[in-house]
Amino acid sequence: MTTTISLQALQKSFDSHPVLRGINLTVKSGEIVGLIGPSGAGKSTIIKTMLGMERADSGQARVLNTQMPNRLILGQIGYMAQTDALYESLTGRENLTFFGRMKLISGTQLKAEITHVSQVVDLTDDLDKRVAGYSGGMKRRLSLAIALLGHPKLLILDEPTVGIDPALRRQVWHELGILRDQGCSILVTTHVMSEAELTDRVALLIGGRITAFDHPQKLEQAYGVPTIEDVFLKAEKEATTCE
Amino acid sequence: MRIIAIAGRVLRELVRDKRTLALMFIAPILIMWLMNVMFSANSSTDVSLATVDVPRVVRQNLDQVKGVSVHQYQQQSNANKALHQQKVDGVISYHANHYQVTYANTDASKTALTKQALHAALTGQTITTLTGTIQQLQTTLMKVNPQATPAAHPQPTPRITNHYQYGDQNTNFFAKIIPILMGFFIFFFVFLISGMGLLNERINGTLGRLLATPVKRSEIVYGYMLSYGILAIIQSTIIVLATIWLLKVEVVGNVFSIILISLLFALVALAFGILMSTLANSEFQMMQFIPLVVVPQVFFSGIIPLDSMAHWVQYIGKVLPLTYSGDALTRIVMDGTKLSQLGGDIGALFIFLIILVILNIIGLKRYRKV
Repeated sequence: MTTTISLQALQKSFDSHPVLRGINLTVKSGEIVGLIGPSGAGKSTIIKTMLGMERADSGQARVLNTQMPNRLILGQIGYMAQTDALYESLTGRENLTFFGRMKLISGTQLKAEITHVSQVVDLTDDLDKRVAGYSGGMKRRLSLAIALLGHPKLLILDEPTVGIDPALRRQVWHELGILRDQGCSILVTTHVMSEAELTDRVALLIGGRITAFDHPQKLEQAYGVPTIEDVFLKAEKEATTCE
Repeated sequence: MRIIAIAGRVLRELVRDKRTLALMFIAPILIMWLMNVMFSANSSTDVSLATVDVPRVVRQNLDQVKGVSVHQYQQQSNANKALHQQKVDGVISYHANHYQVTYANTDASKTALTKQALHAALTGQTITTLTGTIQQLQTTLMKVNPQATPAAHPQPTPRITNHYQYGDQNTNFFAKIIPILMGFFIFFFVFLISGMGLLNERINGTLGRLLATPVKRSEIVYGYMLSYGILAIIQSTIIVLATIWLLKVEVVGNVFSIILISLLFALVALAFGILMSTLANSEFQMMQFIPLVVVPQVFFSGIIPLDSMAHWVQYIGKVLPLTYSGDALTRIVMDGTKLSQLGGDIGALFIFLIILVILNIIGLKRYRKV
């Protein structure tokens, strides 16, 4: 097992307002790490720093053994943002083709990949329809399919299952499990606590600090509560009383 | 390869947006056609004047001026009343070798015509008087000395034949502004649509997603330039052809020179639009740049001659790109100047382009640090 993401003592402020106050986080190959925390806790900032869209004020952000920000390493990362971020006037296939080309995949390889990823998200029949006519769930799935292009070694998924019906949500998690078993690292942010149970390790991000980071069941034991949701609530309460 | 993919995607999105396409290609032709109709309307000005105690000769002379009709009033008060009720456009009264003229002055061209007509009538009166005097003198002369040769036959009125270096007698103000308008339309539409395009990419997150791939920041800017460059070539071709065939405006220079200048100018507009879009947070804020960035350029572009204005006004014109494209296009269209003689304008546009492109590539660092 190699480390794919390694954040050490990461600090970041916006307009002298600290958002990240010393983040330590590691993600290894072949594991799914969940990142949960209230809105404004700094989840998006962590993701942006990992992708090189923001530069940390201090500390180290290494992804796939490369100091971020780095442009070329982005070709090995599959990223799915919170917003769907699709070209609505293009068809699903055209969206996939475009982002595939941005990752320098082309020709028959690109065609094969598009066929594969659209099967994974169950969009094969709707590939030639324009995205403007897609439902919310279909857009989310296409967005995930784009992230899966090019067999990324690392997947960074920001709220991947928002607006997806339960059957498909289960399917997506099943697929993430398969990718994990193939050695892919996956970092998922989520608001759905039941999903956090499905991760290998879960990090609680509260007030710019990782307050707990362990296997979901171990966290439940440590906090003496039955579910991750309770862990989350308890940790949040403790954090506010401390300050 | 990525540049072509980005350009292809931008073009494909635009082609599917039929309204925007129509706006880019049909709106300029419509506006130019309307302006042509407006400016070529035969503006014959008709003035009716009230006269009070004006000598008969002057009155007759006034009446003979084209577009002027004279109404005689006995009393000043009645004439003033007529003026007040908008029955006449001016009142001329004469007293003790002094003409008092009151203009309605609601239409500057009518006021000008009245002034001109009165001047002509007075000159005419002097000439009539002089002719009368000369005739009298001649008669007297004949009486005194019958051997004197009578005055030679009066010279026939000289004929005037007009020659026009550019256009013909129908050439009007519209012909002068059309090259500037060509540039303006390209600037306006490319600036707005490309700015909105990148703004939308930023707002709906596709720019972020794009930057999460290994694409270079410069590749995004060049991809946009390629697609909008192609669009500008099509747009300027359509505008030029419409100008020549539909509006029958004479284009002396090479059509390809016009398209090349338009292309260069479109790239400047594109780079400018993209740069401005980074300062806007919504489409409405992008629209707010129109009165700030687009409209002032029209005033300084040469539609209104700047030569006579204060120096600082002329300097403002020099930092606006439309000045250079307007100058280059005017010279190509009206004088037939070749591209090789337009080095100054082309160079200035290139400097704008290079600076703006560099600023854009650096500007994208806001969204990704490498």
